[in-house]
Amino acid sequence: MATATEQSAVNIDRSIGDFHYDVKYDYDAGVGLNERVINYICDVKGEDDWVREFRLKALRIFDEKPMPTHWASDDLNAIDFAKIRYYLAHGQRPTRSWEDVPQDMKRTFERLGIPEQERKFLAGVEAQFDSEAVYSNIKKAVGEQGVIFVGSTEGLKQHPEIFRKWFGKVIPIGDNKFSALNSAVFSGGSFIYVPPGVKVKHPLQAYFRINAENFGQFERTLIIVDEGAEVTYMEGCTAPKFNTATLHSAVVELVAMRGAKIQYITVQNWSPNVFNLVTKRGLAHEQAEIKWIDCNIGSRLTMKYPGVVLKGRKARGEVLSIALASNGQHQDTGAKMIHAADETTSNIISKSISIGTGRATYRGLVHVPRHLKNCKNNTECDALLINATSRTDTYPAITVRGTGNSVQHEASVSQVSAEQIFYMQQRGLTEAQAMSLSVNGFVNDLVRQFPMEYSVELKRLIELEMEGSVG
Amino acid sequence: MNNDTALLEPVKEQRTRTASLLYSFGEGKDLPAWFREQQRAGWAEFQKLPPPSRKDQAWRFANVDALKLDQYIRTSELSDKQRGELLDRSTALAESAARLVFANDQLLERDVIADSLRGHGVIFQPLERAITEYENLVRPNFMAEPPTLGSARFAALHRAFVCAGAFLYVPRGVEIELPIEVFHWLATPNAAVFPHLLLVAGEMSKVTVIEHFRSLRDQPGFACGVNDLIVGPGANVRYICVQDWSEEVVTVQVNSTRVERDGSAMSLNANLGALYSRLESRSRLVGEGARSDMLAIGIATGRREFDARTLQDHECPHTTSDLLYKNALNDSARTTFGGLIRVEPHAHFTDAYQTVRNLLLSDDAEANSMPGLEILADNVKCSHGATSGQIDEEEMFYLLARGIPPNVARQLVTAGFLDEAIARLSHEQIGEYLRRSIARSL
Repeated sequence: MATATEQSAVNIDRSIGDFHYDVKYDYDAGVGLNERVINYICDVKGEDDWVREFRLKALRIFDEKPMPTHWASDDLNAIDFAKIRYYLAHGQRPTRSWEDVPQDMKRTFERLGIPEQERKFLAGVEAQFDSEAVYSNIKKAVGEQGVIFVGSTEGLKQHPEIFRKWFGKVIPIGDNKFSALNSAVFSGGSFIYVPPGVKVKHPLQAYFRINAENFGQFERTLIIVDEGAEVTYMEGCTAPKFNTATLHSAVVELVAMRGAKIQYITVQNWSPNVFNLVTKRGLAHEQAEIKWIDCNIGSRLTMKYPGVVLKGRKARGEVLSIALASNGQHQDTGAKMIHAADETTSNIISKSISIGTGRATYRGLVHVPRHLKNCKNNTECDALLINATSRTDTYPAITVRGTGNSVQHEASVSQVSAEQIFYMQQRGLTEAQAMSLSVNGFVNDLVRQFPMEYSVELKRLIELEMEGSVG
Repeated sequence: MNNDTALLEPVKEQRTRTASLLYSFGEGKDLPAWFREQQRAGWAEFQKLPPPSRKDQAWRFANVDALKLDQYIRTSELSDKQRGELLDRSTALAESAARLVFANDQLLERDVIADSLRGHGVIFQPLERAITEYENLVRPNFMAEPPTLGSARFAALHRAFVCAGAFLYVPRGVEIELPIEVFHWLATPNAAVFPHLLLVAGEMSKVTVIEHFRSLRDQPGFACGVNDLIVGPGANVRYICVQDWSEEVVTVQVNSTRVERDGSAMSLNANLGALYSRLESRSRLVGEGARSDMLAIGIATGRREFDARTLQDHECPHTTSDLLYKNALNDSARTTFGGLIRVEPHAHFTDAYQTVRNLLLSDDAEANSMPGLEILADNVKCSHGATSGQIDEEEMFYLLARGIPPNVARQLVTAGFLDEAIARLSHEQIGEYLRRSIARSL
């Protein structure tokens, strides 16, 4: 069980994340999106010409692409791109030691519990404060193993030979409107390279925060794990509350070379005014394994469908997803599995809970093209409805060609049974406690797969969300 | 003499001629003004609506290019020889209560409904007659359900051109034991037909209807059908459609079922023919205790494409729906299933199930499944499942070990796979007929 110090590290309740310090931004590209802003970002960051061209091309594609409201929520139209700040940073080089971090930012991080976590078991911390990484600390051991763990700007500048090859390849600029947006204005995020055979023992962690009103955060992450290497990456988010909509649109690309393993864990808990529109995809080569563990609790609208392209024989992809949609929230999540080689397997398990007027949506894509042998997919989606006004949807799309493959999809919708609640109330629990216990039971088998400190945090978050949902 | 009129060409050339086509198709027959108004409205809507595009979610995965209509014609002439052959071949069940036979949208024969039912007020008439004689029953129910699953344009086209089909009214408490049969034939090359079925089942009535869609020869054609089943309180309706058009035929069928309190509807669509078959089925459960079973089987061979879209719409508490769609795919055939269970707000205590199974028998066959759920109520039990797989090697081994040749073994396993849906129908005579038809198709 958790010790007292661990407990204090995970005791991040949502009210603590709900604060805002005034920060003076050294660089500010102003509001709105145009070529001038892009050039400004490139100049400030001192980027190479190829990056500038990449960004400008992305801007053109973003402008051309229509909003995907023919299938997605009309709520997207509430985003006013002209009112968003696309770049803003301290202009500091990412710093290596905790002492160098400005005092007011330190207070922000301290309240999120980062220092304790770092002391205990983190191999590296990449804390992102608004667009630029201000704090970056890789444990000596990881550095000695040859692992590169840097911010996106630094990665493209210092290690182009490693990162340029895969940058924008797993998720092309034009994949969707928001991947194009991110490609145009990205800043921050992590670039990680793990050399062949290196198994990174401790999870690499990054915390992201939004800390400016109307400010979109567009981090870009690229993780390349070479042959036979292994890494676990964790990102968790809290954000202060603001009155007007905030946009978060990240792109995360994973590349697992032959026999490599990547586990990517996200706990998303943006405040309920944030649009969280994220494109995440991994490319798994022969016998490689990519696992997305994705937990969405916060935001106003989340659209996120982590995917794996199973490119090499015997590659394996997995998505484990938990979504909690509370009053006024829409968690539109899911998974994509593209089978592109023989004997590839994929597994999708999604559990969602809708509370109050919350809406949880599962969207899935499983594609098995012709002339492949022995590909397998298993998809399970379970939805739990708490209140009469709650809503849940499931929209999978499955294409299978040819013989020799097996694909199965199952979904169910249920609610907490009155009998269960009655049973627990008989034993002295309040209705809210009983409800919370039932919901935790519903997601328990998935939560157990999360690293310990996340699973404790998750359980607490579910309890908080369940407060006031009954009676 | 050639009375053939192109279905769409005159529209492009000359508006007046189109109008005259619309008003003259029932020449000599005195169509009521309300029906002509329906036609005019349908035509106007058809012209207004754009052709389907794959970008439209309702047509995702669909081969919309198959739906070009320029080549099809409304044709009226049939020789006596053709008529004779068509009537000879209009057989299916050994026993039925009544029968209507249409070819190229013309009525060839109406077999009198069983004497025992005459006194009970059962009406079984060609649509053309029913719109005049039973306006009070037909008009409020005629295409009253809006087509919401993508084919609004084709429903409009149907509304503009419909003249053939059946109207069946079963009064309160009347049970018809033997099935009622309707035949629709495509008899000449590039013919277009617009089969219609309107069934109104009164309170506590019981009826089984089977429609047969067939082609006289292997030739192209276009069928655009609409089918409305209205199941009254406590009524029990079984509807079976055996779609066996020739393999060059393109068809769009828009079905809708409304089930009232404690009513029960069961439909089975057997897709055996056609090059491109789009089948839209919507079941609305509008009264407590209503139940709808939606079954379908498909044998997709050659270059066939079966595109099924369904909606199980629970509008009222304590309703049940259960869907089972099974496809066997061979050669380079494609199937698409897009289904949705929608539980409307306040439709608590809903039980809804949806199962799609695809059996892939060749490397070029492709199965697309989009089983969907939209749940806006509480206390519901909903589940869906979709699988795509191939014949179990152990099953094959078992049969081969008993000396059964591989191709026969495959046919047996495929027939067994499809049988689950037929068994659910629990109608011995129709079950046997379907099994024979499947055996022929395999």
